[in-house]
Amino acid sequence: MHVHPLFALRSVSVDLNHDASLLIDIPDALCERDKVKFTVHTKTTLSSFQKPEFSVPRQHEDFIWLHDTLVETEDYAGLIIPPAPPKPDFESPREKMHKLGEGEATMTKDEYTKMKQELEAEYLAVFKKTVQVHEVFLQRLSSHPILSKDRNFQIFLEYDQDLTVRRKNAKEMFGGFFKNMVKTADEVLISGIKEVDDFFEQEKTFLLDYYSKIKDSTAKAEKMTRAHKNIADDYIHVSATLNTISADDSTKVEGRVASDQELKLTELLRYYMRDIQAAKDLLYRRARALADYENSNKALDKARLKSKDIPQAEEHQQHCLQKFDKLSESGKKELTSFKGRRVVAFRKNLIEMAELEIKHAKVSSTIQPPAAKGWVCSV
Amino acid sequence: MADTARDPPPESTDFQELEDGEDLFPEPAATQESGPASLPAEDISTNSNGPKQDSLFDDDPEDLFAEATEEVSLDSPERDVLLSDGPSPAITPITPPTSVITPRIGLAHDDMFTHSSFDEIEEEEGGDSFDIHIAVSDPEKVGDGMNAYMAYKVTTKTSLSLFKTDEFSVKRRFSDFLGLHSKLASKYLHIGYIVPPAPEKSIVGMTKVKVGKEDQSSNEFVEKRRSALERYLMRTVKHPILLKDPDVLQFLESSELPRAVSTQALSSAGLLRMVNKAADAVNKMTIKMNESDAWFEEKQQHFENLDVQLRKLHASVESLVCHRKELSVNTAQFAKSAAMLGNSEDHTALSRALSQLAEVEEKIDQLHQDQANADFYLFSELLGDYVRLITAVKGVFDHRMKTWQKWQDSQLLLQKKREAEAKLQFTNKPDKLQQAKDEIKELEGKVQQGERDFEQISKTIRKEVSRFEKERVKDFKTIIIKYLESLVQTQQQLIKYWEAFLPEAKAIS
Repeated sequence: MHVHPLFALRSVSVDLNHDASLLIDIPDALCERDKVKFTVHTKTTLSSFQKPEFSVPRQHEDFIWLHDTLVETEDYAGLIIPPAPPKPDFESPREKMHKLGEGEATMTKDEYTKMKQELEAEYLAVFKKTVQVHEVFLQRLSSHPILSKDRNFQIFLEYDQDLTVRRKNAKEMFGGFFKNMVKTADEVLISGIKEVDDFFEQEKTFLLDYYSKIKDSTAKAEKMTRAHKNIADDYIHVSATLNTISADDSTKVEGRVASDQELKLTELLRYYMRDIQAAKDLLYRRARALADYENSNKALDKARLKSKDIPQAEEHQQHCLQKFDKLSESGKKELTSFKGRRVVAFRKNLIEMAELEIKHAKVSSTIQPPAAKGWVCSV
Repeated sequence: MADTARDPPPESTDFQELEDGEDLFPEPAATQESGPASLPAEDISTNSNGPKQDSLFDDDPEDLFAEATEEVSLDSPERDVLLSDGPSPAITPITPPTSVITPRIGLAHDDMFTHSSFDEIEEEEGGDSFDIHIAVSDPEKVGDGMNAYMAYKVTTKTSLSLFKTDEFSVKRRFSDFLGLHSKLASKYLHIGYIVPPAPEKSIVGMTKVKVGKEDQSSNEFVEKRRSALERYLMRTVKHPILLKDPDVLQFLESSELPRAVSTQALSSAGLLRMVNKAADAVNKMTIKMNESDAWFEEKQQHFENLDVQLRKLHASVESLVCHRKELSVNTAQFAKSAAMLGNSEDHTALSRALSQLAEVEEKIDQLHQDQANADFYLFSELLGDYVRLITAVKGVFDHRMKTWQKWQDSQLLLQKKREAEAKLQFTNKPDKLQQAKDEIKELEGKVQQGERDFEQISKTIRKEVSRFEKERVKDFKTIIIKYLESLVQTQQQLIKYWEAFLPEAKAIS
């Protein structure tokens, strides 16, 4: 299935693509069986690139590779790395399509067609969504003063061969899992560590709390939209059975409300849930650095006591302190701009969501009376 | 407090308080004219029965279970009720219930004279001179433990002269309704009248109420039942013939009603019924009727299709109700979660906006709940009623087939007897010959009767079906329009809520 994502419903994040020196978008995407191929299109005035404009095909795994290399880069420890885009998940519509195929015999042709249309719309929505999150990821990088200059990022944008060679092999994947495990153990570290800086103390409290709340909201919003979808499906069956002569559009409208709401509210929440996780990661790295610094202090004291290896200990301690300070400084900047970003994004999306709700409610309240009249006459 | 178990669903315009006198069945516009509403006090001749009565007496006892095809539940009309109930007014269609009470001789007896008389009445009736309204309200728990039951107040408002006063109420319990239905079914079903089925028994539901569980589900159950009983009565009295039945009048008017015992679910009568039903099902399959009238064939097919479609629709609507309730629950949960999120948010304007969002969602949740109730009470229950009604209609068609079968059987028997008589002619047995001749005469009468019965039931069914279809269309139209109106209202309310929220979202800075 080859799709040009419609530009109607744009990204969850605020418009990141305003720096003309590096403009990235995904104008096109192709879905082949399980794999989605994105066409990453770059327009740049920077001399670090070979051409002013170019496109490359990329797979989801390439995005993950890019994200992970950034995360692993020491120099970026003090930055909030934009969360990796989630894997495209067509499982739900695919399963539904399968069920629909099985149940085809029990439905009227009309009903089947409508259900199929609904499913195709759902499929399309998932598709649009995945293109969006991948695009946003790249745009976050391009608008970041430091990350946009990353070498791997450039390679990702430019290299016109397959990136498979550079991607993680199985061993490294396992390394990734292990890293995650260690990370969760260290989350205890964050909450336990004695904070020296008020700003970070506040941020830590806020982020931890906010994260759990937003995770909960995301889950509830998802349930809500799923229930909405079920109702839309029911309406299809009902209207098909009622055998309306004049098209009963209430089904389409209800269904569309579900998918638009999905894109707006749930995606908003979901995106920021991941973003906050990224912010938390930053805090974790900083906490680690602080722990290292404290350990180095202890080591120095021990060395002084034993009068052995003092210069190394001193150097190590200095190094840790520097690292910690660097992280704190950039961390502060990052977190502040993160907050601003979040507020703006929420505003944008809440407004758009409310406007959509109003639009659809208006449409369905005007469609129904004529549909009713038409149907009633046909009885 | 324990007595009134009723907890009405959230007030909404979709189903008003009963005392309004306006309900799921809005009255037809023309209620003002008096005209034929005051029934002519004709003296319907009862003497036309004479000789015909006798032949009917000879009907096979098994015919008394003729109504077997009608209901699916255990507690359908039972013979014993009619006989053990003691004196009940015979059917004298026009005279008020204070007429002479003659002991019921046999079911068949009633049928005959009702035929001709009712025809005339029906023609008199005309169209919408229908002015009677029944409300079922105030469910009250009477008694305790497993012997407890719900008593409902049945209020009739009417200007028909058939009744003694304009407005009156009585207390009835569920088994009274079932008893009424059982009587009507046994009187009318097998002559082709579509008797509206009574609401179904629910052992589980009732047990909960009896045990005294005062929770949401038992309240819903009571409300569901109350509403169903009301619809049942309204349907029954809408039928011009049933309206005048003394049992119906007695049910509506008299303060004391003999208890209908054999409506109990698990009785020997119930089991007997099941057996007969099975037997009938087998019989149905073996009767091959030569349908000379295409109308019947067409109609039967039509009802088969309608049955399938309605069941499917009912299932879809039930699913819709379920999902909408789910949506309501999920929305409420999300509202709470969003409120908590708003509390955590340290940016003031955003925090306020999120709290507002939570409030909006909460209101929407309520909206969904109301809509779900509308879905259910307007749409789903109506469909359920019609699924059961269609079963009754199909039953009536089956009765016609049975009537035909009976007629054919008597014809065959007559044939045989004639042949036997012809043979006897050559033997010298005058007694036997005379006996044969008598039998033949009797059989000829029977055959004629059978033919008349068949024609009568066919005629009745035609009328009933056309009446039924008219009612059905009217019912559906009304309900669908009401339902769509409720949907539109919901949407408009949604618009209001979201429009109120929008400035809050815009105020985030």
